[in-house]
Amino acid sequence: MPDSSQDLLLQNGRVLDPSQGLDRQADVLIRSGRIAAIGPNLAAPEAARLDASGCVVAPGFIDLHAHLREPGREHAETIESGGRAAAAGGFTSVLAMPNTQPVNDSASVTHFIVQTAREQSPVNVFPVGAISEKSCGERLASIGAMREAGIVAISDDGRPVMNSDLMRHAMSYASGFGLTVIDHCEDLDLSAGGQMHEGFTAVRHGLGGISAASEEVMVSRDILLAAKTGARFHVAHLSTAGSLDMVRQAKRRGLPVTCEVTPHHFTLTDEDVKDYDANFKMKPPLRSREDRDAMLEGLADGTVDAIATDHAPHAGSEKMQEFDVAPFGIIGFETALGLALDRLVHTGRISLARLVELFSVNPARIVGLDRGTLKVGAVADITVFDPERRWTYDVNQSFSRSRNTPFHGLALRGGPVATIVTGKIVWQVGS
Amino acid sequence: MRGKGLLGIEPLTAEEIQKILDRARFYQPLQARTGRKLDTLRGRTIIHLFYESSTRTRTSFEIAAKRLGADTVTLSAKGSSVDKGESLLDTLNTLAAMRPDAIVMRHSASGAPHFLARYLETPILNAGDGTHEHPTQALLDALTILDHKPSLAGLRVAIIGDIAHSRVARSNLHLLTKFGASVVFCGPPPLVPRELECFSPNVTRTFRMEEAITDADVIMMLRVQFERQNPHRVPSASEYFRFYGLRLEHLRAARPDAIVMHPGPINRGREISSEVADFPRSAILNQVENGIAVRMAVLDLLLAGESAKPPERPPAS
Repeated sequence: MPDSSQDLLLQNGRVLDPSQGLDRQADVLIRSGRIAAIGPNLAAPEAARLDASGCVVAPGFIDLHAHLREPGREHAETIESGGRAAAAGGFTSVLAMPNTQPVNDSASVTHFIVQTAREQSPVNVFPVGAISEKSCGERLASIGAMREAGIVAISDDGRPVMNSDLMRHAMSYASGFGLTVIDHCEDLDLSAGGQMHEGFTAVRHGLGGISAASEEVMVSRDILLAAKTGARFHVAHLSTAGSLDMVRQAKRRGLPVTCEVTPHHFTLTDEDVKDYDANFKMKPPLRSREDRDAMLEGLADGTVDAIATDHAPHAGSEKMQEFDVAPFGIIGFETALGLALDRLVHTGRISLARLVELFSVNPARIVGLDRGTLKVGAVADITVFDPERRWTYDVNQSFSRSRNTPFHGLALRGGPVATIVTGKIVWQVGS
Repeated sequence: MRGKGLLGIEPLTAEEIQKILDRARFYQPLQARTGRKLDTLRGRTIIHLFYESSTRTRTSFEIAAKRLGADTVTLSAKGSSVDKGESLLDTLNTLAAMRPDAIVMRHSASGAPHFLARYLETPILNAGDGTHEHPTQALLDALTILDHKPSLAGLRVAIIGDIAHSRVARSNLHLLTKFGASVVFCGPPPLVPRELECFSPNVTRTFRMEEAITDADVIMMLRVQFERQNPHRVPSASEYFRFYGLRLEHLRAARPDAIVMHPGPINRGREISSEVADFPRSAILNQVENGIAVRMAVLDLLLAGESAKPPERPPAS
């Protein structure tokens, strides 16, 4: 949607681009939607200006994991509303998971998403195609045709492929198209009936448990299959210490295995599940303190490749139910960067450069997008953020159509200031 | 306790529980009498809303309310609210708009009354929520134990059966440990999660009946529902009874004055043998009788309040 007719000059920001080892005070000139120059005191009399002093100017953030609910559940979110929320969170691109109604298992659904996003979304939307038809786990979806229509990865997110033989061949087939296979790793037999992490809090609340093992057996299976097929395998919303160890070992063996962690999994634990509030219910569930600490460690030591939101909107009435009945998932676009700055950077766990890797450089590499960089000539997708800005999240001001968040009212240090897609400012703080 | 409802035992202090038990003691003699009912709650309306089938708890609550002179309305909702197309919260808001003084509620979802209590002014009495709590059962169990033992402190209580899915086990665990009793849970390992031991140092678990019963003062058997059970957890009813059913010979290891309890309904030959169920030191029917006294006490303290004048002492029968 953004047009890029006018030149734009970002002045005096801290330009931080780990893709080219860049970290310095400079101006960024954008011309025709692309990066034209980076340097001190650039002259561009015709260009619109944005004062970025005190801010970090980074390659645009890419959310590898989001649910935009369109087509099919537009009461909870649309490509437009989700796109606006993403822009307000500092994201310039989002990957849209295929569990829409209908499932994105064909080129026609992919076309619809691409076209709708082009017309209505302020940010880039890259669809993820289903692995199997209707994500039923029985027959492969038309992966090649979807690739031509614009998918950038495949996943049966939320309805993971239980049949190991199908998964093996899906990985093998996808590798022929250079597509990364993203798996929501959950053994559905092990997690059946589960409502929250299996542990003391679940026993105390009388809620069915979702064991760490239900994730870990699938991470383990998929790593073995990735080794066999040579496919690029990406673990969606990894949440347990055991899964992280397996990814760490796979990387040591040189396998093309990557993983993402959500802000809620590095922020909260199962002990935060209180008063049967379904805003604390998601899959994977909030894990133990040890698991949460392992996520923090993995983010710091490089094992974790990306931060992804798993933005999962549900209309208010759906979450205002018994915990057992309420659907899994929370929204996450608008709080992701604030939580990462507040809980990871300001606590000294990671550097700002590492944060930019996690939000931009690495996600682009994981799915092979020609983004995540500010190199001259690159598409001008840029995230401007202020690491010091203090703000409080008010979900009632959200651009999302849904309000299901555990972070309402949370005070954070650091947040997005402006989001630029193809050279155009699509969101600015206070706008 | 006034105005807050009764959602569980866990949030209560020992003093609050003691107050309920003291009041229940007062109502115990009334149960054996015929005739006159009290007017403590005259003019009060109590809705009994049961989303799960229940014979004894529902009847017991109704009789308790009626013996206190309250007007009662009982609603049985088959299946979940979702099946009816109305959300649970909408249903409760509708009922609350009719201005009952309290809603007694049973629901198959753990935390359903807690969820509702965040939105409703009307006090909610939890008559069992999923696999979470069943506070009045633990109170009546405590009253029953105290009919046979001078105090809860120092007692060894064996709770045997499907602990993982038992709201009775959880409420009893909270109540007993608050009063210094020790609890030993027993059953097949898939039904006795290890996390139980994290509640209190006075909680242990074992997978052997003999070990659980040795020196026990109280043996509390729980119902096992194979039809509602994940079939992966236990092989069969007959194997269950063989290893975890309570038989007369087990009782030799217990203290000579040990009592046997069961929240009911009992399954003879499944978790408890007929001989034990009818055994002289079985307190099972005593529990049922105490259920009414305890529920009268809870309703009285909740609705009449501590400041209200104590009800007229019923004449001895």
